[in-house]
Parts: sequence; C-alpha cells; structure tokens
Amino acid sequence: MGPERIEPLLIGGKEFHSRLIVGTGKYSDSGVMVEAIRASGAEMVTVAVRRVDLDRSEGILHVLDPSEFFLLANTAGCFTADDAVRYARLARAAGFNEWIKLEVIGDVETLLPDTQATIEAARVLVGEGFKVMAYTNDDLITALRLEDAGCVSVMPLASPIGSGLGVVNPYFIREIKQRLSVPVIVDAGVGTASDACITMEQGVDGILMNTALASADDPVAMARAMRYAVRAGRLAFMAGRMPAREIAVPSSPTRGMLG
Amino acid sequence: MGDTIRVELNGKECDVCAGLTVRGLLETLGLESGLVVVERNREILARARYDEVAVHEGDRLELVHFVGGGA
Repeated sequence: MGPERIEPLLIGGKEFHSRLIVGTGKYSDSGVMVEAIRASGAEMVTVAVRRVDLDRSEGILHVLDPSEFFLLANTAGCFTADDAVRYARLARAAGFNEWIKLEVIGDVETLLPDTQATIEAARVLVGEGFKVMAYTNDDLITALRLEDAGCVSVMPLASPIGSGLGVVNPYFIREIKQRLSVPVIVDAGVGTASDACITMEQGVDGILMNTALASADDPVAMARAMRYAVRAGRLAFMAGRMPAREIAVPSSPTRGMLG
Repeated sequence: MGDTIRVELNGKECDVCAGLTVRGLLETLGLESGLVVVERNREILARARYDEVAVHEGDRLELVHFVGGGA
C-alpha cells in the first residue's frame, strides 16, 4: 500500500474513491461551480428538486454532466415526512438512481432536523427501495434508529447548515461513528480546511459540504484545499494519533548533555 | 387559435391548448422532457407515458427538475 493510498468508501454497495461529497447550491456562477466540484475530487454531488421556472428555465443538468458525477438528490426544504417522501419520489422519477439524501427540517431558524419525521420518512423510503442517506443531528439514539430503519448512511451535522462553525461536538460524532455499522458522513457545518481535517480525524467515513466551497472568495481554491484536508484527516486518523498530554515531554535525549 | 383549457401549472392558473398530450405541453413550454419530471394531480407520471396521457381541464400539474442544492 502506497503512502497516499486511502481505502475506498463503500456506501449502499457502491464504491467511491473520494470521501468528499459536495453540494451544488449557492454558487453565483455555474462555470465556477463545475470547476470547483472537479477541483474537490468529489464523485457524488447533491442536487435539489424544485419547480421548473417557466419564465426562464435552466436546470442544473444543463451545466453538470450526470455521466461525470453521481447525482444524489436531496429533500432540502421539506418540513414534513410526507413532503420529503413526495420529493424523493419525484427525484427518483428523474431516472438517474434510487438514492436520496433525506432531510426533514424541524426549525426555520437553525435548520435543525425533525428527527422523528426523518425516521418516519426513512422507513417509508427504505420500504420503497430507496437508498437513503439521512441527515440528522449529532444525537446517537436518532442515528441508531436511522440505521435500524435501513438507511445506507447516517449523516450527522458538524454544526448547523451553512454556519461554517466546524464540528461543535466531536465527542458525539465519534460516539455515533463507533456505534454504527453503516458509513457515517458528516453533513453540514464545515467552514474551512482545518474543520474538514478535524472532522475526518474523528474517524468518520466522509464529509458532505456546500457553503464552505460556494461562499469562499475563491471556491475552486477552497475545493482543492478541502480535497487535501479530507485526505489528510483520514490519513491521520488511520495513522493513530499520539495521546494528548497537558505536560511537556522532551523529544531529544536528556542524557549526554555537556557537564 | 383553437380551444383552450384551464389547468394549474406549478401553482398558477394557466390556459393551454386543448387536446395536448403531456409531451405536447412540455414542447410548447420549450422544456426537454428528458430533464423534467411531471406530477399530475399528485401522481408522478412515468416518462414513457408522456405521449399517451392527455392534459385535461382542471389538471394540477407540477413540472420539476434538478437545481443546485446542498442541504
């Protein structure tokens, strides 16, 4: 195994060579978006389902080639289990795949998930043959219930969507990762490369981000930074870090000093 | 100008030509049927049926597609 070799990420029976998943929202320029996604090295990209604007319709597939990226449709903006199921079905009818990033929002201010409705929608969608990747908060019990419902991945937040606050509760993220068998992808809250690295160092399987790239001054450069940060964090986790100590321990010999 | 019928299109009342199929409607709107998903009266319409299903007076149609989004 070469020094930079990172094992592939297996979700729902599909292999991905990047542990970074990126969103396609909030970009002011679609050319920059495509360039940023390429620079990030992501294979899986998220898209949203919305009404066609009949006055000037430009869907994202006019700029994003679905043969180049694996499309993961989301249920962003849904506030009930029923709505999320409806959006998921519409997304599947687009004909690309049966995967869905399930999110049911419970609060407009924080965009925190309605975990009960998320579990309810997950059960329905899994029953209909969807491969569900479920956005949730950093609560272990909800994560366990989502796994139990048959989700192919559970996606706890690092911090609120679009906040860029980084991982606010590494302990719970680690706990969720240790207790679940399905891949744990941290979704939302990562702001910059160090956040991505610290998140990956918790041992999670991957990260999904959008705003950190789209709202950077230079999205393409930030995408490149995130690509390395995710890899560095994964490599550091696999390497096994030294224990943190609140004392100094010299790393040069204490013997042999001049008299 | 032939007869028109009134339908609800993406939440708005609209008059469209009578006798159109769903594919015909998408064409008159300048939409690529391969990129649009149609929900008719809360039921998703399989793309293979766009040619055979006619648009009826009072139909509630939702035309959706993928747009940029993260979470």
